[in-house]
Amino acid sequence: MDISNYLYLSIILFTIGALGVLIRRNAIVIFMCIELMLNASNLALVTFSRIHGNLDGQVASFFTMVVAACEVVVGLAIIVTIYRSRRSASVDDASLLKN
Amino acid sequence: MRTSSHLVYLIALPLFSSAILLLLGRMADKWGHIFATLISASAFGVGVFEFMAMHSHTGANRAATQKLFEWISVGNLKVDASLLLDQLSICFVLLITGVGTLIHIYSIAYMDHDKDRRRFFAYLNFFIAAMLLLVLGNSYLNLYVGWEGVGLASYLLIGFWNHNQTYAVAAKKAFIANRIGDVGLSLAIMICFTQFGAVSFDGVKAGASHASPAALTAIGAMLLLAAAGKSAQFPLQSWLGDAMAGPTPVSALIHAATMVTAGVYLITRSNFIFDASSTARILVVTVGVITLLFGAIVGTAKDDIKKALAASTMSQIGYMILATGLGPVGYAFAIMHLLTHGFFKAGMFLGAGSVMHGMDDEINMRKYGGLAKLMPITAVTFGLGYLAILGVPPFAGFYSKDKIIETAFNQGGGKGIILGGAALLGAGITAFYMTRVVVLTFAGAKRWKDGSHPHESSVLMWGPMVVLAIGSIASGFLLSAGGALVNWLQPVVNASHAEGGKELMKPLVVSVLALGIVALGAGYAIIKYRTVPEVAPEKVSIFTKIARKDLYQDIFNDAVLVKPGTALTAGLVATDHHVIDGAVRLVGWVIGEVSDVLRKLQNGYVRSYALMMFVGVFIGALILWVVTA
Repeated sequence: MDISNYLYLSIILFTIGALGVLIRRNAIVIFMCIELMLNASNLALVTFSRIHGNLDGQVASFFTMVVAACEVVVGLAIIVTIYRSRRSASVDDASLLKN
Repeated sequence: MRTSSHLVYLIALPLFSSAILLLLGRMADKWGHIFATLISASAFGVGVFEFMAMHSHTGANRAATQKLFEWISVGNLKVDASLLLDQLSICFVLLITGVGTLIHIYSIAYMDHDKDRRRFFAYLNFFIAAMLLLVLGNSYLNLYVGWEGVGLASYLLIGFWNHNQTYAVAAKKAFIANRIGDVGLSLAIMICFTQFGAVSFDGVKAGASHASPAALTAIGAMLLLAAAGKSAQFPLQSWLGDAMAGPTPVSALIHAATMVTAGVYLITRSNFIFDASSTARILVVTVGVITLLFGAIVGTAKDDIKKALAASTMSQIGYMILATGLGPVGYAFAIMHLLTHGFFKAGMFLGAGSVMHGMDDEINMRKYGGLAKLMPITAVTFGLGYLAILGVPPFAGFYSKDKIIETAFNQGGGKGIILGGAALLGAGITAFYMTRVVVLTFAGAKRWKDGSHPHESSVLMWGPMVVLAIGSIASGFLLSAGGALVNWLQPVVNASHAEGGKELMKPLVVSVLALGIVALGAGYAIIKYRTVPEVAPEKVSIFTKIARKDLYQDIFNDAVLVKPGTALTAGLVATDHHVIDGAVRLVGWVIGEVSDVLRKLQNGYVRSYALMMFVGVFIGALILWVVTA
């Protein structure tokens, strides 16, 4: 199988994630889309690692996973707190700083 | 040239006293006037001491200097704060401190009822200090400090009763007119520095001998402008009449005897400039002749006794300026007339003050009349001053004014006849208006209301008047006996290099001519003012109307200088408002409008920020791709 298919998959996943971030209003969904984008880039990194025949990309993808794990911890905590106080997880409602 | 360590006391004493009186404030109210008078007298004492010291030396050792400190030392410009007392300065020192002390004594009584008498004396002492610095400075820059100092003192004293709006305006007018002259002086100093690299009298004198005629003429013209401002000469004469708003002793000391003659001092001191530039001399005599006629004509139409005397002062200083423009022979006569004028005009001003004092501050001569019987001492001292200014022998003016007329005639040719004729005509008009003043004030029937009680003033007031009257009698003879003053001033003004003037008329002929014209003017005034209406008549000739309006000098200044000046200022304000402020406001407006548009991007929705980020990254990536590909 042509190795570039992995890259196409990565691009598709990233685009789905990006569109999700732009279009959806539910914070949980946006959060999942961000995870999707991170994992799409992980896939791309691993693929490049395979293409170049070294481990640089794989190392980088580990870093990404660690960062993603941290992000989930902080991000979910924020979303849960917002939901508790506002009874809604819509990001458009959290635009109180304008005006 | 010897050095003296006492010169500084001349200036330091009155300056110290002025500072003490101003700093102590009300605490010095009780004794301030006596302290100031004693200080002024002690300055006179120092002056006499220095005069004696000068007399005991001969030749070049007569002049004395004292270096106080190194004032400015920048590159090529080195100026010491040094004092120079020479034969010319000592004349002024004695006049300033002598007449000044007499006027201090007079003011003790004159200002008795004023609650600010201490402040008045502080200003008077400050004036004495500044005026002495003016005549004692050894460079134009030192002179300039004194020059500004007397301008300040004059401003403070004209506006002494500044709660009266018109008096405050008069003070401002005097100050501003003087500023115009001051610009001339500072320009002259700058030209001196660029041309000769020096601003001391010695340095400029050394440089003047090999300077270009154009530079000398420029310096001369600028010095003349300065003199015109300070000495109320055409075309800056308009402030002197209004300056009479000040208390009468101020008019006598500053605006008759001393400060207004500073212009004559300046020109005489700069004789090396004017000797070398005939163009500058022509300017000087033109200004002198115009002013002497101008002042005399204005004097004929004034009903205010002080303004009539002010016009007379202007005219007499015109004579002095004329004399300084007549070449080396003229300087000594200018100074002689300055000294005699200091006596008789100060005396007459004090007389006018005494009359005002007795008449409840009435200044309109049409409301006087017949005061000779009630104020005999004032009338006699005023009368002696009157005879002196007319030039009746053997009074002071005869020796000084006739000499000027004679020297003017001796210029020769058409110039001599024009200058001499104008000076002679001026003498006739002088006789007319001074006789008018005397007749209106002291002779005729009483025209004052029964409510006022004219009385002779106290001895503190008539004492100084008597001393000045004695000066009016004797000073002319003493100064001219054996050419005393001419020989005395010889080392300063270099009269020996005078070209032997062609004698157009013998002195006797000039004197007879002058006396004839004076008699004509005086006689006409006596006949004309046998009866005096209490209100100035309306139906008068066009000439009288013009003279009453000061020959339209204020209207002219208003139209030519003030109105365009105001318009220019208004234009500048509008430019500032619309163009400069407008540009700043435009920048602000543009930023505001742009912000209004850009603000819409900050809508608070995370989605749109994310979109912008993506677009940004996309564009960045695109650029990177285009650039690297």
